[in-house]
Amino acid sequence: MKKTFLSLGGLLLGTALTYGQATILPAKAQSKAVVITGATIHVGNGQVIDNGYVAFDKGKITAIGSGSAPAIAGADVIDAKGKQVYPGFIAPVTTIGLIEVESGANGTVDDAETGSLNPNVRSIVAYNTDSKIIPTVRSNGVLLTQPTPTGGLVSGESSVVQLDAWNWEDAAYKTDMAIHLNWPSSRGGGRRGFAAPGAGPQESPAERAQKALDAITNLFAQAKAYAEIEKPEVTNLRFGAMKGLFDGSKKLFVNADGAKEIVQAINFAKSFKLQLVIVGGKQSYLVTEALKENNVPVIIRETQSLPERDEDDVYLPYKLPNLLQQAGVLYGLTGTGFWRQRNLPFEAGQAVGYGLTKEQAVSMITLNNAKILGIDKTTGTLETGKDANLFISGGDALDMIGLDVQKAFIQGRDINLDNQHKQLYRKFAAKYGIEAKL
Amino acid sequence: MKKLLLFCFALLLTHLTHAQDTYPVNGPWDVRPGQYAFTNATIVVSADQTITNGTLLVKDRTIEAVGAGVAIPKGYITVDLKGKFIYPALVDAFTAYGTPDAARAAFGAGGAGAGIPGVRTSVMTSSKPGAYGWNEAIKPEMNVKAVFHADAAKAQDLKRYGFGAVQSIIRDGIARGTSAAVTLGEDRDNFVMLNDAVAAHYSFSKGTAATNYPSSLMGSVALLRQSYYDAAWYKTQKGGEYNISLDEFNKTQALPQIFEVSDPASVLRAAKLGKEFGKTYIYKTEGKEYQKIDAIKALGATFIIPVSFPAPFDIEDPLDARSISFEQLKDWELAPTNPAALEKAGVKFALTSFGVSSSRDFYANIRKAMEFGLTEKTALNALTTIPAEMLGISDKVGTLAKGKLANFVISSAGLFKADAVIYENWVQGRQFVVARMDVSDIKGKFTLTGNGFANTTLTVTGNPGSYTATIDRTGADSVHATSTFIRGGDIVSLNFDLQKNPKGTIRLSGYISSTSPLTFKGSSIMPDGTTGTWTAVYTGPAPAGGPGGGGFGGRGGQGGLAGGGNRGGQGGAPGAGGAAPTGGAAPAGAPAADAPKVAPTVGPVIYPFVAYGNAVVPKAETTLFKNATVWTNEKEGVLKNADVLIEGNKIKAVGKNLTAPAGAKTIDATNKHITAGIIDEHSHIAGTGGINEGSQSVTAEVRIGDVIDPEDVNIYRQLAGGVTTSQILHGSANAIGGQSQLMKHRWGVLPEELKFENADGFIKFALGENVKGSNNGGFNTNPRFPQTRMGVEETMIDAFTRAKEYKAARAVKGSTTRRDLELDALVEILDGKRFITCHSYVQSEINMLMHVADSMGFKINTFTHILEGYKVADKMKAHGISASTFSDWWAYKNEVAEAIPYNGKVMHEVGLNTGFNSDDEEMARRLNQEAAKAITYGKMSEEDALKLVTLNPAKMLHIDGRVGSLKAGKDADIAVWSANPLSIYAVCEKTYVDGIAYWDLSKDAEVQKAMKTESGRIIQKMIEAKRGGSAVQGAAAGNAGRRPRYECETLEEENFTVANDAYVQDAKERAALHKAQKTSKQ
Repeated sequence: MKKTFLSLGGLLLGTALTYGQATILPAKAQSKAVVITGATIHVGNGQVIDNGYVAFDKGKITAIGSGSAPAIAGADVIDAKGKQVYPGFIAPVTTIGLIEVESGANGTVDDAETGSLNPNVRSIVAYNTDSKIIPTVRSNGVLLTQPTPTGGLVSGESSVVQLDAWNWEDAAYKTDMAIHLNWPSSRGGGRRGFAAPGAGPQESPAERAQKALDAITNLFAQAKAYAEIEKPEVTNLRFGAMKGLFDGSKKLFVNADGAKEIVQAINFAKSFKLQLVIVGGKQSYLVTEALKENNVPVIIRETQSLPERDEDDVYLPYKLPNLLQQAGVLYGLTGTGFWRQRNLPFEAGQAVGYGLTKEQAVSMITLNNAKILGIDKTTGTLETGKDANLFISGGDALDMIGLDVQKAFIQGRDINLDNQHKQLYRKFAAKYGIEAKL
Repeated sequence: MKKLLLFCFALLLTHLTHAQDTYPVNGPWDVRPGQYAFTNATIVVSADQTITNGTLLVKDRTIEAVGAGVAIPKGYITVDLKGKFIYPALVDAFTAYGTPDAARAAFGAGGAGAGIPGVRTSVMTSSKPGAYGWNEAIKPEMNVKAVFHADAAKAQDLKRYGFGAVQSIIRDGIARGTSAAVTLGEDRDNFVMLNDAVAAHYSFSKGTAATNYPSSLMGSVALLRQSYYDAAWYKTQKGGEYNISLDEFNKTQALPQIFEVSDPASVLRAAKLGKEFGKTYIYKTEGKEYQKIDAIKALGATFIIPVSFPAPFDIEDPLDARSISFEQLKDWELAPTNPAALEKAGVKFALTSFGVSSSRDFYANIRKAMEFGLTEKTALNALTTIPAEMLGISDKVGTLAKGKLANFVISSAGLFKADAVIYENWVQGRQFVVARMDVSDIKGKFTLTGNGFANTTLTVTGNPGSYTATIDRTGADSVHATSTFIRGGDIVSLNFDLQKNPKGTIRLSGYISSTSPLTFKGSSIMPDGTTGTWTAVYTGPAPAGGPGGGGFGGRGGQGGLAGGGNRGGQGGAPGAGGAAPTGGAAPAGAPAADAPKVAPTVGPVIYPFVAYGNAVVPKAETTLFKNATVWTNEKEGVLKNADVLIEGNKIKAVGKNLTAPAGAKTIDATNKHITAGIIDEHSHIAGTGGINEGSQSVTAEVRIGDVIDPEDVNIYRQLAGGVTTSQILHGSANAIGGQSQLMKHRWGVLPEELKFENADGFIKFALGENVKGSNNGGFNTNPRFPQTRMGVEETMIDAFTRAKEYKAARAVKGSTTRRDLELDALVEILDGKRFITCHSYVQSEINMLMHVADSMGFKINTFTHILEGYKVADKMKAHGISASTFSDWWAYKNEVAEAIPYNGKVMHEVGLNTGFNSDDEEMARRLNQEAAKAITYGKMSEEDALKLVTLNPAKMLHIDGRVGSLKAGKDADIAVWSANPLSIYAVCEKTYVDGIAYWDLSKDAEVQKAMKTESGRIIQKMIEAKRGGSAVQGAAAGNAGRRPRYECETLEEENFTVANDAYVQDAKERAALHKAQKTSKQ
């Protein structure tokens, strides 16, 4: 049994002299067993194992427990005493790999298709595994994400990907698993403190929302009928893509923040017998009964955000996860956009000062997100038989003063944690003759 | 009777013309003497004098005599006004009467020069032909007297309110020119003008001006400020420039100066500007002075206030109610207290009908204001003598006196009584009938008989002008039906449905056939179309508590004397309204004052007037914090188990085992952490009307300090994140932006009190993509120079070259060089008196500006954002420049493609004074966490990391002598945390500014609870008001959560409109703006 001492030095030796994204290679398939020992293991389901071990081989977790690890012949043993092990964090509903430069470089933006009803456009084919964003996100422990289309009313289909791949086929973890809908909001109106005199007759936000709702209802009714026909006379790509919604193989993700909109979406999903996920859910705490009764989970978008109204509790967004926890609603969490998803651990940690326990915060971005995405059979917790998607952090991974990802494995593969930021840091540290402390 | 009817008819003929007219007449002259004697009236000569049983003599346009026992000369038409009242006609000090509608040049939506719809055409300087000023918003040359034209329809509308004269204003632009005072006579324009130069008018709204500048409120302030200097210079300059605008500006300075503003902050903003130039304005406001009554009183100014109180919201759906902000709820309840608040404070004001849509609302609202203590005397003065004086027409209108114009109102009762009816409004001796002044009162019970409906009882109640009636039949066919009852002179008509025998509407028309007993006769049309005749004969008075008593409750909300309600259905006084249980038909003119006067209860005014405002502004308390972990930011480092004592507004001591002085509060801070308050070097909160004046590439003259809004809830939210000081910066839309404002987070103070005292002045510069407009349309829509980084350098060099030449020119003895506030600011930079914070990203431009600074001889204080600072840290160090960056932002645009989260660490290691800032009201409230990212990325020490958001920004801002560390003698700006402040798990429990606990987590729950209770109480009241028949506004008008959010890139506040000191933006633009704000940053 060969011991590898975990050190940054080892990592740096491999990359310190060459710069550039092109040198960050996807890892090779796991060739021998790995055992991590002596760690504090956060299982993802709320459980913590002190002085624990986790073993994995051929990409799957083979053993987990506390105390001394079972001997595995030929395994690499990583002594992680004093360190923390987490399941890979999962960032749902993001634009990672779809956007490279947000504004002023349209050519790098592929998240929103033109037109308003696009259930058939697929994010997986636009997912750019060579994005410079990806290595910066995974080096903070986010190992899986769901690149998601955003435009129009029905934005398109998303897939779950793992963040270490040569191309999108390699990356695909669960393909075309959800269709995304922006629920029309009837809210809107004048500006704070100012009237809008002289404004001509306009469609009210409520009228506009009703029109959009009619369009969606019509689309779904037709798609449902279409799904019943075995061989349609005329193929309709849109309806074809929606088939999975009605047979339960795809979920409907609805972006909705308002209480009324959430309830509308719940009733809508009920009438079409769809598996609904609410994304956003700023006012979800007002309608927890309806969410619970219908088993509708919520993916909260950012805890680090402002309350909607001046009157709201100053800390309301920080408290939202615990409000849903207390109400018994299944909730997950995403951050913002693409590059900011590297803050997902902190977005989760943010809720801890405001009612959530630390392990509940971990679950929020591991098991809960996995359940909501329908990938909890293979990931989301550290349990025997699941994929070895995990990382070792020097300290508390939900805290800025603790997060220090030293090793990460996706399906057992030992992934490269270097990224452009570290490379540039080293480059200029060298220029000034200072030490690059990563 | 016949005689009187005839008389009424005669008065309807208008006088065709007048003696002493220069106009020729087609046909025989028809000059009439116009001599009237109004007798037996209660004449309210003025608020101070009432004559009972008096006579008013009118000759042609003027009052001949007024008094008791005035002999009526021969040749006068006598009008008996027994039981009626005469008032001086009212004067409205703020109308646009008779002025042309400003052509709404679609600024922002097509531009002055047309072009592609929705694409703005750039107008750099005035497109108005003629030798006028450069900016179309400064148009003092506008003169109402030259464009005024009487408008019969509008005049009649105003006369229904009782107005006889008004100020006529062109409400367009920032300097709006000269107004006039006119009567509402429907006469030739030559005869209605009372004062052709009343006042010069101003606002902060650019109106229809097509010029790009100003695109923000601070630009408006700056433009007006510069105009004062330009006008002063114009007086002294010799033969250079001929400029009608500046000439007229000077000529109008001797007139009263009237400023149209909005809320109290807007009043204070104008007052501050006026003070700079020795001007005291008269303010036309939105009537929110009660929110800051002390500050308003201190101005010693005169006001023109509306009585357009907000309607209750339709919020029976609790989810809809969420869209109504707390201040909207509070304002709904408190706005009617405004006139009384001003009266009580001794502030002189006129009341205007501006913003009110009907005379009914106008009087209802005045009565509402009276419930809260506005006296009848003050109300009448505010509608007569005060505006008359303001308009310089006291010698002509405002009171009833010999020689003044015959402008008077005849009413059925005291003008402000709930049941008063304005019958007639005479303007310059010409009658205008508002409601028929009928010859007799026809209330009573009548026996009504007709073909098909014999022996029913008709009961007529109500008041002249709005009678209501019921029909009753007893016996087997008993029925009780309501009927319409319309009277026009001697003609009446009724419509009613008896439900059975016959069923369907019976229509009667008839006339007064006898007055003793009062008898109506006429013809009827039955539901089946058959016709017949009818008669109704008076049998006695109508009983009290007649039908349709849905009027105003008695004064004082007791409901005891609720009138028959000639303005029925108008919900009214809180707690009264149509719900009055025993509403009786009060006799016209009966003194409602008999009812006990108890002002309805209302909630307190809060400071600031938004959610989380305090009824009582908190005060400093001597406090000792015991046994905390104290992050001193001084050489003592982090002290464990240490104490902090604050006294007054200062830190008294930091150390171990301190003892509490007598009377001090001791707080056990075991396991808590105490740090200096967090300082945000780059913030855009608390601004009003835009954060960018990006219409020109150099706008060094605009000042954030002019538009500070202490009512932004983000001040409170950031206190809840330990933030105590913020530098509010101009945006980054242009190379040289506006002057910054440093402020402390003092929650609930006035704008000026928010400012950090005696701080050095800073200014915002910017480089890169925003400045060159690369993400904003490009050449086609935005021709502003520069469009490349090459051009940015030239813009900087040109500006400083001009500044140097300007400075030299001004230094010459006897110089007549025009004072230019833009160049003044640049000279301050050159003189080391103003300091630069420069928005910057990539190394080339950072390097460039350092070269420009070196060559032009100025210093750069701080590079902000500075995301490639790590590439040029050595050069910055050589220049002694500070770095204020983001912890980890990147990828949001191309110029941040090489931004790295290790940037702060590298700059710090190289030796730069480095800080982290927010540029974002969300991030600002957890800057402690952002600081901690220097540990995540680069393993900075914890002490150094905390300094990134405390001491280091204090140094950059030159305020480290007062804040930034915990040391005896420094300001008591501190934050108390539940854990290590750099941890994600830390919660900010208390925040003190100047020793005042503006944030206290343990009290916040109570504050929220109290707010909910107060909201609930007001909402209940609104629902009652709605049930009482009040008109409501939809919940969609709620503004909760709609505060505009500013970041560097927020380009321009939406269009200024003529109608308000407001900025209108359509929903699409708003959505686009929201998206941009959500996702970008610079």
